[in-house]
Amino acid sequence: MSISLTESAARHVRNFLDNRGQGVGLRLGVRTTGCSGMAYVLEFADEVGEDDVTFEDKDVTVVIDKKSLLYLDGTELDFTREGLNEGFRFNNPNVKDECGCGESFTV
Amino acid sequence: MALLQIAEPGQSSAPHQHRLAVGIDLGTTNSLVASVRSGKAVILADADGQPLLPSVVRYSEDGVVVGRAAKSAAAADPLNTISSAKRLLGRSADEISAAGGAGHYRLVEDEGSPRIETRSGAVSPVEVSAEILKVLRQRAEEALGGELVGAVITVPAYFDDAQRQATKDAARIAGLHVLRLINEPTAAAVAYGLDKGAEGVIAVYDFGGGTFDISLLRLNKGVFEVLATAGDAALGGDDLDQAVVAHLLTRHGLADSDAAEDRRLRDAARALKEALSDADEAGYTFSHGGQEYSGKLSGEELVQLIDPLIAKTLAPCRRTLRDAGVSKDEITAVVMVGGSTRTPAVRRRVSEFFGQPVLTDIDPDQVVALGAAAQADVLAGNNPDSDMLLLDVIPLSLGLETMGNIAEKIIPRNTTIPVARAQEFTTYKDGQTAMSLHVIQGERELVSDCRSLARFELRGIPPMVAGQARILVTFQVDADGLLSVSAVEKSSGVQASVDVKPSYGLSDGEIESMLRSSMENAEADVRARSLAEQQVEARRVLEAIDSALRNDGERFLSPSELSALQAVRDELAAVVDDSDENKINAAVKKLEAASADYVERRMNASVHDAMAGHAVDEFSAGTQDPE
Repeated sequence: MSISLTESAARHVRNFLDNRGQGVGLRLGVRTTGCSGMAYVLEFADEVGEDDVTFEDKDVTVVIDKKSLLYLDGTELDFTREGLNEGFRFNNPNVKDECGCGESFTV
Repeated sequence: MALLQIAEPGQSSAPHQHRLAVGIDLGTTNSLVASVRSGKAVILADADGQPLLPSVVRYSEDGVVVGRAAKSAAAADPLNTISSAKRLLGRSADEISAAGGAGHYRLVEDEGSPRIETRSGAVSPVEVSAEILKVLRQRAEEALGGELVGAVITVPAYFDDAQRQATKDAARIAGLHVLRLINEPTAAAVAYGLDKGAEGVIAVYDFGGGTFDISLLRLNKGVFEVLATAGDAALGGDDLDQAVVAHLLTRHGLADSDAAEDRRLRDAARALKEALSDADEAGYTFSHGGQEYSGKLSGEELVQLIDPLIAKTLAPCRRTLRDAGVSKDEITAVVMVGGSTRTPAVRRRVSEFFGQPVLTDIDPDQVVALGAAAQADVLAGNNPDSDMLLLDVIPLSLGLETMGNIAEKIIPRNTTIPVARAQEFTTYKDGQTAMSLHVIQGERELVSDCRSLARFELRGIPPMVAGQARILVTFQVDADGLLSVSAVEKSSGVQASVDVKPSYGLSDGEIESMLRSSMENAEADVRARSLAEQQVEARRVLEAIDSALRNDGERFLSPSELSALQAVRDELAAVVDDSDENKINAAVKKLEAASADYVERRMNASVHDAMAGHAVDEFSAGTQDPE
């Protein structure tokens, strides 16, 4: 099982964490909401819980709970730019269908 | 596919519910928009990666053009290209002409508010500013990928109600919901996180392209209070460039240049100034009269050229310290804002002046917008745990005119906003059915020395004896510093109100001189107020005695008594406008003494009248309505 980050995503995460001045890493997850079932969670992680699994990639600690990992295994987190907008994107191989906006998905 | 930002732990918003909010620095020369993304305030650049949007609007044949394209067309199409509209915002036509006019623009007046004639018709400074905000809004919505819930827009600390309201109007026209207007120096201090720091006095030195402002803020329990502001509305980086231009012309023995040459020279001067920010020496070339000139300028030479201009900024700094009654060692931080503070000589002189290092880590062009973005993020509710609750204060006291030209302050200056204060007033004459309310701003004791904001009338007061009506006047200042005043007569419930949105404003120089004059004239003001109060009291006494004598003078007084009382009354009438308070006071006392018998007789008679025809026990339990 694994989660990975692209070079660009890792660089931005490291920057944001430095800027924030605290936090053990980046939390990824899924929640059941949204227009097509599940939504991604992308947060700073201040602690690692009992049910969490951690991965190290490109000097970033990724924290993810075991349940979310089932839906996110193999995901690569990318940081991209679309026109003036820029941000993170989940390249998740488990996704069968996405809502039009890509904020939520079904597996 | 939507792009995600990193949220604080536990605060991932539900999909489709991101609350996008921005901070906007609507500047005289340049404007910027910023937003908090993944916990960090960042400037949102345009498609070419340019963060600054020149605050220039051109009404071209093909529609409205804003920014660099408009700026570069300014020389070719000066009448339809409007820059520095912020200087005209919220000002009346009279004030603009008093402040030296609107440059080369064709100004027309429409019901007292100025408009600029362009090929697309007459446009108001508010509409021009709205065009700039529209472009920033579009840029932000594209960059953030959704509709904005709102914006925090910054305004100079010395902006008055009219100028703040005009800024809000511009935002509304641009389709922006204003979460709050905040003061520029406050935003800069927030960007440096000073609001979370120790309490103390912060100096914000803002040296921009065309204006200079110095503000002293006191941070007290998380509240920023503007202690003093000063500045020079016609001193900026452009003047530094001009000093270099003049030097280059003299050095090469050249006469004045034409417009195109002048622009090239200015560009060369600016490049030279910027190069000397990191180097001890820099070369230049420019063409003039068909010939190429080149040479070198050292950092020291540049310092000599611009030093007199830097010195000009230090005088207002000294003045604000004096006005605020703060010594240099009480200053806990000095924040540098504006592109001109990139020049090392400026930093050095300011640092020497305040006797401490100055804060320059954040890009001085961007610091105000970044602070506004941080505030917008909190106000939009994206950071519920944040304890950053930013409060501002009103810069000048707000009040009402009362009888005798006396200024009654309802909300004193430096009160934190939002705020509502109410005070009861009453009528002055018997049977008075209307009251004129004159809303004023300023620190002086007499209305004629304060600034008039608005007038309105409360009509339909039921006729009553003077002093019996109870009129509650409420002053309310919202979080943006905008004032609404309402008056209600309590027995009848009649009410009237006004939103203060006057068509005139004040320059920072004027606000400063208003504050200064209130201190300089404090003693004279108190005397003048006390005299005015004595005069009002004298008139009230005259009014009461005249009204009584008309009613029943002949009933209670013998002809000789009546004429004796009349004589004393006339003595008071003769001195009522005298400038000697004691004289008036003595005459009032004399009349009160002379009329004591008469008043007693009237009282007895009215008690007798009231009881006539009634049994005594009717009065023991009865609650007599005063009316």
